Amino acid sequence: MVKLTVNGVERTFDGDEDMPLLWYLRDELGLTGTKFGCGVAACGACTVHLDGTAVRACQTPLSATAGTAVTTIEGLSPDGNHPLQAAWRDLNVAQCGYCQTGQIMQAASLLRETPNPSDADIDNAMSGNLCRCGTYPRIRAAIKQAAKGARL
Amino acid sequence: MTLPSPSRRGFLVGAAAVGGALVVGTYMSLGRPGRAVAATPASGPVKPNAFIRIAPDDTVTVLVKHLEMGQGVSTGLATIVAEELDASWAQMRAAPAPADAELYANLAWGPVQGTGGSTSIANSWTQLRLASAAARAMLVAAAAEAWGVPASEIAIAAGVIRHPASGRTGGFGAFAARAAALPVPADMRPKDPAAWVHIGQPRPRLDSSAKTDGTAVYSLDVRRPGMLTAVVAHPPRFGARVRSVDETAARAVPGVVDVVRIPTGVAVLGRDTWSAMRGRDALVVTWDDARAETRSSAALAAEYRALGGRPGAVAASRGDAGAALAKAARVIEAEYDFPYLAHAAIEPLNGTIARNPDGSVEAWGAFQIPTMDQGTIASILDLTPDRVTLHTLPAGGSFGRRASTTSDWIAEAAWILKASGGGAPIHLVWTREDDMRAGHFRPMAHHRVRAGLDAAGRICGWEHRIVAKSLLMGTPFEAMLAGGVDPSTTEGVADTPYAIPDLRVEAHNAREGVPVLWWRSVGHTHTAHVMETMIDELARAAGQDPVAFRLGLLGNAPRSAAALRLAAERAGWGEPLPAGRGRGVAVHASFGSVAAMVAEVTADGPRLRVDRIVAAVDCGVAVNPDVIRAQVEGSVGFALSAVLRNRVTLADGVVQETNFDAYEPTRFREMPRVEVHIVPSGVDPTGIGEPAVPPLAPAIANAAAAATGTRMRSLPLEASARRGA
Repeated sequence: MVKLTVNGVERTFDGDEDMPLLWYLRDELGLTGTKFGCGVAACGACTVHLDGTAVRACQTPLSATAGTAVTTIEGLSPDGNHPLQAAWRDLNVAQCGYCQTGQIMQAASLLRETPNPSDADIDNAMSGNLCRCGTYPRIRAAIKQAAKGARL
Repeated sequence: MTLPSPSRRGFLVGAAAVGGALVVGTYMSLGRPGRAVAATPASGPVKPNAFIRIAPDDTVTVLVKHLEMGQGVSTGLATIVAEELDASWAQMRAAPAPADAELYANLAWGPVQGTGGSTSIANSWTQLRLASAAARAMLVAAAAEAWGVPASEIAIAAGVIRHPASGRTGGFGAFAARAAALPVPADMRPKDPAAWVHIGQPRPRLDSSAKTDGTAVYSLDVRRPGMLTAVVAHPPRFGARVRSVDETAARAVPGVVDVVRIPTGVAVLGRDTWSAMRGRDALVVTWDDARAETRSSAALAAEYRALGGRPGAVAASRGDAGAALAKAARVIEAEYDFPYLAHAAIEPLNGTIARNPDGSVEAWGAFQIPTMDQGTIASILDLTPDRVTLHTLPAGGSFGRRASTTSDWIAEAAWILKASGGGAPIHLVWTREDDMRAGHFRPMAHHRVRAGLDAAGRICGWEHRIVAKSLLMGTPFEAMLAGGVDPSTTEGVADTPYAIPDLRVEAHNAREGVPVLWWRSVGHTHTAHVMETMIDELARAAGQDPVAFRLGLLGNAPRSAAALRLAAERAGWGEPLPAGRGRGVAVHASFGSVAAMVAEVTADGPRLRVDRIVAAVDCGVAVNPDVIRAQVEGSVGFALSAVLRNRVTLADGVVQETNFDAYEPTRFREMPRVEVHIVPSGVDPTGIGEPAVPPLAPAIANAAAAATGTRMRSLPLEASARRGA
């Protein structure tokens, strides 16, 4: 039995604790904003926050989530207006969009730890998240724009 | 969940005119003998009802007949409609059109609905402008009727219908029902470009909100009541079959509901994805390789090289290349090898299919050639296509993969539905490994070129032979083959815009049992690289500047020349670079557009860093310049890893690269600075989803040669560097 909090709601899971958090979120809770891309933590499409820090849900077994607070893209902002989301829309970052929720969750974790990141900080934080559409230049610009807005 | 359904929204013209036509699929084979399907002109009937829906709340929904896979087609098509309707951007929406080859055919292809070849804007341009102009006229007529004033006194701007003389105003929604009762006017003319307010402006994408807050529904997110998730054990080799299966342990996995055999393997059906995956792990399957492809890619490449030594089918011939080469002052001979490439969209292939109580079927997926997908499902399930309703969802990337001519992914879902008895909806999930092992790769290719220079440094004879597996043979598109030559093998060489008087291009169709498919920019992925690196070698051998040398050959290709000049100028071509850095150029025409690129690279020991790409593109009228820029930036990000390192190899027929560790797409920190310049144009728009891919590899390779003094011909470059060639 695993007790955890997902987007502020207390949950109890009574099943195979080896199941990755990804499938619990998607299949049990219907939180499909967290995406499946590789299953081996190589793409970052499944990035969520575990107690505020970005993790790959596909490589996080439920047993590791006991007593933690999980935040998914659905819980990042009550109205979808996190500064990163606003910047993402403003700069038309998304193309196919499939990886973008993971990108935003990764970037949110970066900004929490490093509110004014350098290019090197952004490179280091974001290089585990793949975007096959190649939206990286706009992701960089959106992170900088959101960081600037957050300081105001 | 809520999916956009045409039946749930208001129609401009009620259900009468189009309406019932929501899903009247007509599956037609494209393989009509002697008929080139690409020859159909890009015009079409004026059918506003098929494309535009206006709701009482004034929203205008464009029914998009093409698949939104990130290229921005829904935003682009909505821009064309907004322009002719004089709508405001805020009222525009987009929804996928249903499968219907009559209403929604790709006019560049023939009687099939599909997305590819960068044709979406081009084939919709006139069609949507005329349809939207007709819809606008109907709204004007309806308002005139309601207000009792002459139609000629009514104006529309920014979504507001006005009668200035009386001061009356109204929105589109108020008149939609009345407009619906009016006849569709003929002889419409699109707006004068001088009056455009949306086209040419960077209107924001319509899908940004849903794609940043997690609400966008991709087909992997589809949930149907009672559905079972299917994960399939596929054979490790192409063409292998199941010999025997022991499913005892799989059935014992909690959550596993059923195990069924299908033509493509063994499917485990579970109550959730994890159960189905665990069940698959527990299967014990032995495979029959009697009809399987068991060769390694290295062996195939050796066969390609042997084929390249023999004459092939003639794809282009002008002048006398052999005679010209015989009298050339200098001849450069070169061979190039290209590997298989996977599309590797981040959303693995998947689809959902369900049988209704009346026996009809519904399927959810990112359908890129929906009328073919519909026909494939229908034939597997012994239905007529009109009994198969498709719900098209945005694709989490495609790059050509979802336009599989066999509809392999959704066909597999249909086989599982059939084998399982059809009681529960089937949600087929491919893992990354399934996706990578399923083939449909960019074909391997081998090029052999002999090109001569005369004493004055002019090109004097060009012989070019290409070996690759045909994309078209054995598919519904086979009618596009010309004289035994697959144009998708030779495009970019046989039709080179360079003035080469003595040119001979030959092709061989390789026939291995590895499925191959179009991969963003198709044949141009390899032909542009060979043409543009050979031209560069010739320029250097002739002691000429690579830009000037090209311009001297582009007298009959002013668009190519203009894009090349623009890229070179903006890149600072000719300005000195520090030691270890190099600059390279390439220009290539494809899909009716032109893209030129200048690359700046740094040679860092054996590794190559791409620092900067300056691109200039001419794709006719820039419907949305920001989407065009995004496509060019994205083309660089998409293709860079294929230039540097990506390749799919086979060992005894088994795919070796099955996830992003071994087949690593471009990472954030590798992304160069990309500057995009758009050549101003009043020509009808052409494609931009693909044309910026081809020049990237040769621009980088030419820059690397400039930086290091060593010419690496084959791709990927890192493999070439290790081989020292």
